[in-house]
This record gives sequence, structure tokens and C-alpha cells, in this order.
Amino acid sequence: MRWGVAIFPGSCDDDDVVHCLRHVLGHDVRPLWHKDPFDGECDGVVLPGGFSYGDYLRAGAMARFAPVMQGIVDFAAAGGLVLGICNGFQILCEAGLLPGALTRNESLRFVCRRVTLRVENAESPFTCAAEPGALLEMPVKHGEGRYYADALTLKQVRDHGQVLLRYVDTAGRTSDEANPNGSMQNIAGVCNRGRNVFGLMPHPEDATEELLGGVGGLTVFSSMAAEVRRRNGA
Amino acid sequence: MSDATNPDPAPVTPEVVHAHGLTDHEYAGILRLLGRAPNLTELGVFSVMWSEHCSYKSSRKHLKQLPTDGPRVIHGPGENAGVMDIGDGLAVVFKIESHNHPSFIEPYQGAATGVGGILRDVFTMGARPIASLNSLRFGAIRHAKTPYLVNGVVGGIGGYGNCVGVPTVGGDIYFDACYDANILVNAFTLGLAERDRIFTGKARGAGNPVVYVGSKTGRDGVHGATMASESFSEDSEQRRPTVQVGDPFTEKLLIEACLELMRTDAIVGIQDMGAAGLTSSAVEMAGRAGSGVEMELAHVPLREQGMTPYEILLSESQERMLLVVHPESVAEVRAIFERWDLDAVVVGRVIDEPVFRVLSEGRPVADIPVAALTDAAPAYDRPARRPPRQDEIQRLDADALAQPESMTRVLEQLLDSPNLSSREWVYRQYDHYVRGNTVLAPGADAAVIRVKGTSKGLALTVDCNARYCYLDPHAGGMAAVVEAARNLSCVGATPLGLTDCLNFGNPEREDVMWQFSQAIRGMREACLALEIPVVSGNVSFYNETDGVSIHPTPTVAMVGLLEDVTRIATPWFKEEGDLVVLLGLNRDELGGSEYLKVVHGQVAGKPPEVDLALERGIQRTCRLAVEQGLLSSAHDVSEGGLAVALADCCVSHPDPEGPGAVIEIEQRGRADALLFGESHSRIVVSLKERDYGRLQDIATREDVVIAVIGEVGGDRLAINDLVRAPVQRLRNIWSTALERCVK
Repeated sequence: MRWGVAIFPGSCDDDDVVHCLRHVLGHDVRPLWHKDPFDGECDGVVLPGGFSYGDYLRAGAMARFAPVMQGIVDFAAAGGLVLGICNGFQILCEAGLLPGALTRNESLRFVCRRVTLRVENAESPFTCAAEPGALLEMPVKHGEGRYYADALTLKQVRDHGQVLLRYVDTAGRTSDEANPNGSMQNIAGVCNRGRNVFGLMPHPEDATEELLGGVGGLTVFSSMAAEVRRRNGA
Repeated sequence: MSDATNPDPAPVTPEVVHAHGLTDHEYAGILRLLGRAPNLTELGVFSVMWSEHCSYKSSRKHLKQLPTDGPRVIHGPGENAGVMDIGDGLAVVFKIESHNHPSFIEPYQGAATGVGGILRDVFTMGARPIASLNSLRFGAIRHAKTPYLVNGVVGGIGGYGNCVGVPTVGGDIYFDACYDANILVNAFTLGLAERDRIFTGKARGAGNPVVYVGSKTGRDGVHGATMASESFSEDSEQRRPTVQVGDPFTEKLLIEACLELMRTDAIVGIQDMGAAGLTSSAVEMAGRAGSGVEMELAHVPLREQGMTPYEILLSESQERMLLVVHPESVAEVRAIFERWDLDAVVVGRVIDEPVFRVLSEGRPVADIPVAALTDAAPAYDRPARRPPRQDEIQRLDADALAQPESMTRVLEQLLDSPNLSSREWVYRQYDHYVRGNTVLAPGADAAVIRVKGTSKGLALTVDCNARYCYLDPHAGGMAAVVEAARNLSCVGATPLGLTDCLNFGNPEREDVMWQFSQAIRGMREACLALEIPVVSGNVSFYNETDGVSIHPTPTVAMVGLLEDVTRIATPWFKEEGDLVVLLGLNRDELGGSEYLKVVHGQVAGKPPEVDLALERGIQRTCRLAVEQGLLSSAHDVSEGGLAVALADCCVSHPDPEGPGAVIEIEQRGRADALLFGESHSRIVVSLKERDYGRLQDIATREDVVIAVIGEVGGDRLAINDLVRAPVQRLRNIWSTALERCVK
């Protein structure tokens, strides 16, 4: 499988994503520099975490205008798989590829901790390797991760099975304590209606090795790889 | 010529000299070295280069006492950061630095720029920063200003560190009234470099261009180095405009651009512009190479109009670096920095004549021999004297101390102390996962990160008990070193080397110089005994306000090596039925303890004594046991004593259902001394019963006393018939105490 990893000025977790894809999963990776146009020659694209353009205006607000983004929007429109992690999720919302928005954490503080996620819908290219209701552990680390959508959008997102992951406690129950940022309905990750674009605040790339505390994040990447194999008829 | 470019609007009068923090004697030296009177710009250059912060004029004599050599040392003190060989063709580069005064005046930006500065010190040597720590000291938790300062400093460290993508993996934080008006913010960063690709700050090769890269120069921070070299007074807040403002996004670009350039052969020398900005980076680079530098200020990228040469030379605007490159590489340098949207401008060249020559639109504005600013900077052997009150401070009549009625209640009180409670409220605000190397996150005795591409790991810790140093600076200096080493040993790492941040009061006071020299003597003895070199460091004097000094705080940040990163120990008890074993001996030592402070309201007595031979044996025993995979857990006994250490082993478990323990331990002296005394050279471990024999073999070989003191299990912590408390209750107190105080 061949991945493209977008690199914006201020991307911080790009190396982590590349390391995981290349060295943990053994896949090919192609860096997508923000100033270059993207020709769509990939099986999947990742928008990594970080602070693109310093996030001085609003998280993700500047990156959507980067030259590389037009190619990514076209790639998504053609059904290509796009994964946005943390700042990448924020960029996808700003670019209108995903519904809703990420606002400042309810605590008004940056939060870095491990969270437990429940797979709400396993019928997506990003979660198909998991059983429905499976629990995955990953870290979150962000200051603006509170998922927000207006009532109508929220209803539509729910009705169409676009909520793929929710924050839950270790027993799998949603609760305020399990919610690290005050996200509406404990939403940790949503996809578009076409289910080929997915954004989540937790960092799956930081949960792919036992040495570093667990492999809960592998599910997201292996699901995408399985979907690509399926599409290629393998 | 317009007034705006006139470098000398004011004549150099005695008042101007004093306003620059120079003494009459020092000014006479300047006249002698120059053979003429300096102009105002030159006076400004002298004042920053001769400031305590840049020149180490009061400390140099003492710093020479510290051992700086070792088989793994590649670069010791004198460079931007220390460099040590870790094998596999790799080197670690690390340093700690203070940003105390700016952080008190403007906590968010002061702390943020402290992080930015130490990152530059590390990547300027060719290393990718991969982990940061910080050591923080605030005033009394009940002081009205403390919550504001804590929130600002923690926010600033997170705001900067998170945005540049370097994980903050650990640190320490303590509260004491001695820091009410002078907090400490010490920032540490470690980077990883190829052993044969280390860059140094040397301006070699006459004719080589000098290139300015990074942010533009503004008026912020003019005279920051001088501020760091003065005592505080009540009106210090008026100095807020001298605090720099950080831009972590630009720093991130600067890191990437510099590391990219370092993969080429363009660079001859490189140095960040830290304290005293453009001046100190140019002068220090010339000084190390025995060369000179000529600069044209008209080429310096400026943020605002009408800046004078004086301001340009002394600005401490952040996120700037100075490079010396090969002439044929200028285009390549420009191309790489342009790719990262950063300025890269040739502002001067290296010259043979060893002078610092500055022009402004062709007109000379400063012309000073480099050696006059570096080697000839004043060095003082300041008088030092043990203050008579020291005897009184060290007096402790233990017999007069009433034994508390409930030791369980005392344990709860101590876990509720912000000096002993969980630090999670702080480190939750720091990204400790980015870069994907964090094996052991904050909350253990030391943080552990893996070294990608090898089987190795690095352990990091920062320590200093300033109360011990106040009571006995010699014992306190020793304790800072041995405790840091013990923390590394608890996770299984062998100490490699350390960097120190020596925070003291006014060196012009005899008692402060005595504290300083004694602390260094203690550190030296411990370093020699444990074979740990000091490879970099920083001195911060003048930590006093209105004549009152902080407790001497020689902060030690230590780096350890793990040959096999999968062989580590964590502090929390794991399995029901594991034996709890104490390595080392309990001695009745209550002096300087947190118990004495919290329960009896006293800071008195002699701090616990350090037995270096015993300490060495204890640490080796623990490391060998971890290496052989014998231990389920290991945790050192420090502030709060044995009872708090045992409680830590129960409450720090990541699973809130973690087990308790039943402890039966021989009591010879006072119960409070047994439970809460802070004797050194003790580590609490747990292990399977079947492995005890092997642990005993190691201990015997290392000549160390060990004893089974209990068993892991149940949902309570019980110690003899003295303490009996549900773990859940202890955890609730411990985990919420800090947040309750500072939120």
C-alpha cells in the first residue's frame, strides 16, 4: 500500500505517522509537501497532527488554503481514502470535507492523556478491521478538540452512521469523565457521508507498538489497508 | 546623517555606566582594554558580555571544581550544550537553563521563551530535540500570586513545547515561601545526533560569510542578560517590556531548516542568538575560533523602523541563529531557508583580526577586541563565609517534637501536600507522546524514551531538594546528584552525565557565596563517587528580592542509558503476593523533612546524611536486578520518607484498582522517623518470592543490606499497627491535591 502524508509548516506528528506506516506496517510512504500540487497518486492520504501555520488564527484554518489541499480535495471527491488526525481532523473540518468543528477544550487547557474509544460503526474503511463495540486505547493531545455540530448536522451525522469512535471509560460506557475535551455526545471521530474521509482527535500512530504502551491505533491503519486491498480486488 | 541612525545620542557618563550594571572598577578595565572611552553602543556590548549571566564572573572559579571528563564525553561545558557518546554512532546533546526573572514578570512568555532558548542550544549542535524536562519552584501554595504564576508558567511551557513538537516527558515542581517573589523556571532539552555530525559555534576561516537566519530583530528583550544579573525589587514588574515574546511556530521551522542545512556541508559554525542576542553569538563564535567578525547592521532584518545600532546589537528577539558558512554555499543556505519561509541574510564575514567590528551603513559603530569581551571579562573570587545563623538553623530538638496521634492522618496530610502529591495536573498539559518514543511517561521515578533504530533507551530526571541545601549546602548539593542518579537506577538506567542549573542568591553576599561553594563541593564529591561527569550547565545568581535570597537550588538534570529499553522497572506494585523489599537502611533522620515542615511547621535540623559508598551499592543493586528482570517494581524513598514511598507504590498504578500492601517493618526508634524520615540510599522494590534469592545474591556482592518488609495485596496500605488506609482514599487525596490548590 502506498500512502501520502501531507506536511504543512508546523506539522509535528508527520514523522510519527511516517514511522508507523513505514517501519511498523512496512508500507510505502510519500511525503506531500504543502507547497506542491498533489497528483492523487496514492492509495490513502494522511493529514497528520501538529500546529499547521502555528494555528495562530484557528486550528486548521490556514492549512486548507495550502496548494497541496486542492489535490487532496479532488482525491477525496474521487473516493480516495483520507485520514485526518488531530490537526488533520481540524483541517478537514475547515476544508468542509467533514461535518462539524473542533473548538477549544471545555477545560480551556491542553490535554494529554490516554483515552479509551469505542468503535460505533465497524462498517467503514477506517474501522472494518474491528468488531462493532470494540474498545481501542490511544493517546489524545490537543487544546482544541471539542467536537461541535449544530443540532441538524449532529442528527444527520448520527443517522448516517458517520460517528465511528466515541470516548468511553474502560468498561465501554460513555461518561463525562471519559470525555477529555467536552466533545458533544463523546464524539472522538467522524467520517463523511461517503465514508471515505475520516477525522479523529486521538492519535492512532502513537498506539501501534507494545513498547510504547499498546497497539490500539493499528486498527485504523489496518482497516484502511484492508479496504485498499478490497478495492484493488486482491 | 539623521538622528535615527546616530548610535550615540547620549554621552557615556558615570550614571550611564552604573545604569548598565558596570562597577567603576569594571569601567576602568574597559578603558584600559580599549585604550580609549567606549561609545554608548560599545558600553552596551561590554555590559551584556560582562554581565554575570554571560561571563560567569562570580562562578567560574568554583565551576572548575566539577568533574567534566569521562570516556563518553564528546563536548563538555563551554559549548552550547554537552555532548555524550551513547554508541551505535549516536550522541546525546543536552543542557538545562534558567529563565527565572522573565517568568516571574510575565509567566507565560517567560517560561515559553525559556523552552525556546534551550531547544536552540541543543539543535544548534546538530541534534534533533527529542525530549524536554522542566524544573519549577513557586512560592507558598497559599500565596495569592502562586496560582496565577503556576498557570502561566505551565501554560507557557506547554504552549511552546507542544507547538514545536518536542515531548515534555518529565520534571519537578515544588512550593516554598522562599520563592514567593522569585520563582524558578529551569528548562532542559535533550537531542539526538550522529556522533560524527556535531556542529560547534566557531567562526573559522577569514572571508567566510556570516549569515543571519530566523525571525526579524525587534526591540524586545534589550538588556535581558543584564536583568538576569540583578536582584529584584518591588518595581520589577515595570520590566515587563524586557521580556521576549515567543513564536514556537517559527522555532519549529527554524529547527527543520537548520537540521536540513546540517545534512549539507555548508556550515562552518552555528550558534543561536540567546542572551545578548547578535552580540554574544558573534563574539562567542569568534572567541572560540580566535578570529574576528565584521558585521553590517544595515543588512539585519528588522521588525520595526528606527532601531539604533545599540538596540539591534542587544535585542533578544527569539528564534534567531547566526551561521558561518562556506562562501560557495550561500545560495544553498538561502534556498533551504526560503523553502521554510525564513529569512537568511549575509550580515558580515569572518576576519583574521580578532576584533568585533560593527558597521551601520558603512560607518563604524563598535570596534572591540574579541578577547576584551571574552577572556578579559572580569573574574571574581568573591568572599565566602559561613553565616553564624547556620548553627541555629541546623538545631533540631527531636525530643521536643510531639509524636502525632494518628500516623494514618499524617500520611494523608503529606499526600495532600502539593510537594508530594501527584503532578498529573501539570504534565497533562504537556504533549509527552509526540515523536513516538515515550516508553515511560511522566509519573515514574524517571522518564524513559527509546532510541529508534537501536535496542537502547534513555532515562531522564531532574532533582533538587532546596530545603536540604538551605540547611546544609554541602549535603544538599550531594543529595541532588545522588537522588537524580537513584531515580535513574530505579528505572534500570545507568547514569551517563548531568547538566546543572545553579540557582542562588546575590553572589556579592558572603553567605550566598558560601552556599554556592559548598553546594559545588558536595556535587563534586557525589559526581566523582558515582562517576558522573557534568557536561553542561548554567548559573543563575541574584535570585533575591528586596535583600531576601531563595534557598540555594542547584538543580540537577541527569541522563541515563538503558542498553535494553524493554528491561525497565516502574514504581507501582503489580501482583498480589509479590514480596515488598527494602534496599538500604532506615535511620532516624527527621532533619529537613517534609513531615517536619507540614506537621510541625519547622524547617530545621541537618538534612539526611549521604553515604556515597552505600549509595553506589544500592543503586548498582537496583540496576542489576532490573537488568536481570527480577523486579516487578522499584521506587526510591525521598521526600515524605518510607510511608509516602510505599503509598506512591500503591496510588501511582495506572489502573485505579491497583493493589495495596501489608507492611511489617522493624521499628527501633521513633515511629514518625521510621515512617517519614528521609534517609538516603533506600529503594522499595517488589518481586516474586522465587526471585528473592537472586536479589539477595546481588545485594551481598554489592555489600548492601536488604530486608523483606511486606507483601503486595488487598485494597489497603497497612504499615505495622501505625498506618491503615484504603488505597482508594489515599489515591483520591494524592491525585487531586495539586489541582485543588492551583486551579
